[in-house]
Amino acid sequence: MTNNGWFQILFFLLVVLALTKPLGAFMTRVFNREKTFLDPVLRPIEKLLYRLTGVDEATEMGWKEYAGAMLIFSGVTLALTYLIERVQNHLPLNPQHLPAVAPDLAFNTAVSFTTNTNWQAYVPETTMSYLTQMTTLAYHNFISAGVGIALAIAVVRGIARREKDTIGNFWVDMTRAVLWVLLPLCLVGALFLVWQGVPQNFKPYATAQLVDPQTVQTTGADGKTTTQVIKEQTIAQGPTASQEVIKEFGTNGGGFFNANSAHPYENPTPLSNLLEMLLIFAIGAGLTYTLGQMTGSPRHGWAVWCAMAILFLVGVTAAYSAEARGNPLVETSANHVQPAGNMEGKEIRFGIANSALWAVVTTDTSCGAVNSMHDSFTPLGGMIPLINMLLGEVIFGGAGSGLYGIIVFIILSVFIAGLMVGRTPEYLGKKVEAFDVKMAMLTVLIYPLFVLGFTAISVVAPKFGLSSLANAGPHGLSEIFYAYAEAGANNGSAFAGLNANTLWYNTTIATTMLFGRFFMVIPVLAIAGSLARKKHVPESAGTFPVTTPLFTGLLISVILIVGALTFFPALSLGPILEHLLMNAGKTF
Amino acid sequence: MERKSKSLWDTKIVTRAAVDSLVKLDPRTLMKNPVMFVVEIGAALLTFTVIRNQMHHQAGFAFELQITLWLWFTVVFANFAEAMAEGRGKAQADTLRKSRTETVARKVKADGTIEEISGSKLRSGDVVIVTAGEFIPGDGEVIDGVASVDESAITGESAPVIRESGGDRSAVTGGTRVLSDEIKVRITSNPGETFLDRMIKMVEGASRQKTPNEIALNILLSGLTIIFLLAVAALQPMAIYSGAPQSPFVLWSLLVCLIPTTIGGLLSAIGIAGMDRVIQRNVMAMSGRAVEAAGDVDTLLLDKTGTITLGNRQATELIPAPGVLDAELADAAQLASLADETPEGRSIVVLAKEKYGLRGRPLSSLDATFIPFSATTRMSGVDFDGRAIRKGAPDAIKKYVIEQGGTVPIQVDEVVQIVASSGATPLLVAANNRLLGTVRLKDIVKGGMKERFDHLRAMGIRTVMITGDNRLTAAAIAQEAGVDDFLAEAKPEDKLALIRKEQSKGKLVAMTGDGTNDAPALAQADVGLAMNAGTQAAKEAGNMVDLDSNPTKLIEIVEVGKQLLITRGALTTFSVANDVAKYFAIIPAMFAGAFPVLQALNIMGLKTPESAILSAVIFNALIIIALVPLALRGVQYRPLGASALLRWNLLVYGVGGIVAPFIGIKLIDVIITRLHWA
Repeated sequence: MTNNGWFQILFFLLVVLALTKPLGAFMTRVFNREKTFLDPVLRPIEKLLYRLTGVDEATEMGWKEYAGAMLIFSGVTLALTYLIERVQNHLPLNPQHLPAVAPDLAFNTAVSFTTNTNWQAYVPETTMSYLTQMTTLAYHNFISAGVGIALAIAVVRGIARREKDTIGNFWVDMTRAVLWVLLPLCLVGALFLVWQGVPQNFKPYATAQLVDPQTVQTTGADGKTTTQVIKEQTIAQGPTASQEVIKEFGTNGGGFFNANSAHPYENPTPLSNLLEMLLIFAIGAGLTYTLGQMTGSPRHGWAVWCAMAILFLVGVTAAYSAEARGNPLVETSANHVQPAGNMEGKEIRFGIANSALWAVVTTDTSCGAVNSMHDSFTPLGGMIPLINMLLGEVIFGGAGSGLYGIIVFIILSVFIAGLMVGRTPEYLGKKVEAFDVKMAMLTVLIYPLFVLGFTAISVVAPKFGLSSLANAGPHGLSEIFYAYAEAGANNGSAFAGLNANTLWYNTTIATTMLFGRFFMVIPVLAIAGSLARKKHVPESAGTFPVTTPLFTGLLISVILIVGALTFFPALSLGPILEHLLMNAGKTF
Repeated sequence: MERKSKSLWDTKIVTRAAVDSLVKLDPRTLMKNPVMFVVEIGAALLTFTVIRNQMHHQAGFAFELQITLWLWFTVVFANFAEAMAEGRGKAQADTLRKSRTETVARKVKADGTIEEISGSKLRSGDVVIVTAGEFIPGDGEVIDGVASVDESAITGESAPVIRESGGDRSAVTGGTRVLSDEIKVRITSNPGETFLDRMIKMVEGASRQKTPNEIALNILLSGLTIIFLLAVAALQPMAIYSGAPQSPFVLWSLLVCLIPTTIGGLLSAIGIAGMDRVIQRNVMAMSGRAVEAAGDVDTLLLDKTGTITLGNRQATELIPAPGVLDAELADAAQLASLADETPEGRSIVVLAKEKYGLRGRPLSSLDATFIPFSATTRMSGVDFDGRAIRKGAPDAIKKYVIEQGGTVPIQVDEVVQIVASSGATPLLVAANNRLLGTVRLKDIVKGGMKERFDHLRAMGIRTVMITGDNRLTAAAIAQEAGVDDFLAEAKPEDKLALIRKEQSKGKLVAMTGDGTNDAPALAQADVGLAMNAGTQAAKEAGNMVDLDSNPTKLIEIVEVGKQLLITRGALTTFSVANDVAKYFAIIPAMFAGAFPVLQALNIMGLKTPESAILSAVIFNALIIIALVPLALRGVQYRPLGASALLRWNLLVYGVGGIVAPFIGIKLIDVIITRLHWA
């Protein structure tokens, strides 16, 4: 660990802090339909869209209608994406003549992008045509993030409203999220990235002659060894910058290239790296301010922000120190391999600090973009991203999903706190009752059910589960566990080491992604509907305040304890065991 | 009936609870408690397995048997806690039942004749006659006559009370005894629905329904149970993958330790004991919901008279008019009050005696004519020895003096103003046409009220004093008593309006009342505490009845309501916090065989895997028993603001909940390895 590394981490958090208020206040105005400086340009487009689709922007929806609209919308776009992938070979903008995508992979990918997960069980540059990448995947990058933000706003409205049956209009919220929040910043961000060297074109892949031809020996299926001399390299390119910026800003994470943000065309410089990380946290951080502002308790918004920031710092400290310490086995035998810690799987231009920071940022949120190989992290360093996802990605979190995720934890926290101060629990003046607790518990159940459930089945199924594993022992368990954790959390980052493009993994991971998104959202919207209908109870000295450091501390404890208690056994057989074995001299 | 709280470990109650805790093993009853039901299923399955293993002479019998037994103990301990809580109520119900003796009622038939029928056959609307020495056969209202009634069977208070027709003292309760005179009572309840019946049901817990917060907490606990079921179920395949499959005894041990058995086992005991604490205070709550609501109250409406102040005003000072001697005023004031039997009148006599050494003179020795108080003259007095002494309201006396040709000194007017604005009531005393001076009658605020209101304020509860006094007087008393607000010159409609206004702001309102005209407000309030001495209408409208008819008790009920919720929250926190230590006991024990490096997690240094697992299971079972007294008594309630209270409870039950099992499990491990149990 170096002072320079710490400085970069703290500088990053300070910029996030500075972004929170302006972005949050802007989103409040957008979703309260107040005037913004973008209105002259965007308002006509918005009105036109509503006229074309027949949406009446004055209509308000109850939570069931809101959820229904969201589900139908997501279902239709999911089906369309599947269809385009299946027939991409017959469609234009396919200069590489890529074939149709296989059914299970197409389903997995369609689900993955619809749910804002962007798990990629394929190598994009050899699987998806430009058309597929742009019309379906890039489209989902906007839409799924827009849906997420809309849902978060609906939940905040539910808390803020008093004795109302409605929580907003899904179509309007989503449209405004895309037009006002996502598009403008993406335009600016894309130009910034192009300036930093990210390509933005429609050219076929370039071929470069190698200055130093390489001789490679490969073993074929028949066991024969063939020697090959490689003289040229194919360099993939395409409309990268536009996809890159929304990949981060919408916490999507699906890379244009397989190497994702480690690829020099996606993330060429330390400056682009900083911008991309800021984009990942921006919406999640801003929404905490929006929460405070819309509910009339800005200090509550900041209390939530603080809880997130502290959890973030804890994670980053753990990951950074684990990576900087490096692998003790290598340390003793070959010091020069890791002069500054564990550099395996990391880009030299980012180094340990920015790789560890990125790994934490991308898993705190539901982004999942990577700039280093998480599989190559030390056991404890790799456990932090895993834990971040298992906690539900509520540390700033995905676009929208981070906020509604943490609201579930807040409900549970105030429930316990309320009892302990001797009152029926209240959250910002709304009584938290049996129905709300039931819905909150439902969302908490999804993780253990799908993540632990599918991991458990996979690790005892030699045929379809274990055959995909590259590593044995606890590291193998971590690889499978990580795959389902990222799916449940809609993260999409890959630990790698697992060949997930199989029928079993494609379908079960897709199922986990679907439940992780929609079975999370429906109960959360139900809470919003139920809170909106309630009377507002004025605060008194007997009410547990949700604006204090005590609240922040309690919220952190609840998040950690729920997560730790659920996943400690699995973690102890995975990364913890691996760490202890590594210290004892055994690796996998 | 003696209602002193019984000792927690009363032998009779404990014996009965011990038997009940076995009866409660019936899965049909246990199913209502999902957490303990899971433990019971585990215990049953393991019993089966342990027997099968023994028949096949497999090794490890001692360990397996102990685990199985301790799982059974866990369920039995939880049942015991519930049975203990119920036991106290049941003992009380037995006593009450004894007082429900079969009575013969003398029913007045429509034609005016009297028919003797069994008291249990009386229906609402029947009219009965009860004379001295007889038991009142059912709940009802006195429609004719006045009698002194012994209500000790219900209230535990041995002093007889007066019941009379009309007004606010007309309600009588079945099972109480008329001591003197004869009354005609209109029965207001049907058989099986009498106050006594309801009270028996209440203390027995027969009509107990889960309260809203209890339901919500139960959902949380069930959710946690499912999460841990999934976590443990998923652990076995991962253990198999890691080459360390686990026995069902170990897996069930882990599950039972993780699911919130502590709070799951004590939850219903906490609820029952909370109701019991209300009953101990001689308050009958119609539902647990009402008690819980009391904990949520934001605004307390308190009647000034009887609640905040002693029932009567007392003379505290005599202020002579210019040119009048103290003794002269005292003498006149005392003479004017000799025949005045009101507490105010008597207090003047006493003040004159104590301050000026004037002894009360026997009335008969004086050749005097007493003029009683009347609403039209608004004064009273005495004509004696050629002097006409009068005392009364300032206006009335001033008018009287002027009519007699006298004058009113300006200083007297000033004194009247000062006395009134200090919250006291001025009375003037005159002899013929001379104004002698002013008597200060003062409301006496009950001792300790200011501290209580301070506590309530800290808890976030606003107190509003309701009084018929004028604003000036009301403001002064409100200030002295330390209430937050007051409603002066209040009519019953004003009370109702005030409650509605508070409720429209989302606040929960509690009030006490006894008169028929309080009934609408009692019904509107979220918590309405009716006085047992009050009218039937008031008692029906409220959702609690105070048998002692002590309005101050509302404050205690609020505290009980809060204590009930705090106990639940504290034990839930404790229960969940315990899991951390249990993981550190059981996980290394499970896998240290296959992976010795995992001993690093055995931070308690437990001896063997078996002793570690057994210690955790034993701790988990014993902690239920250890916390029974806390569940029954409730955690100590401190009147603090929410943040301070939460900080304290988190420290004790959260941090304490993490630390305690580390110590407990280690201790048990040391003991059982010494005893060679494992």
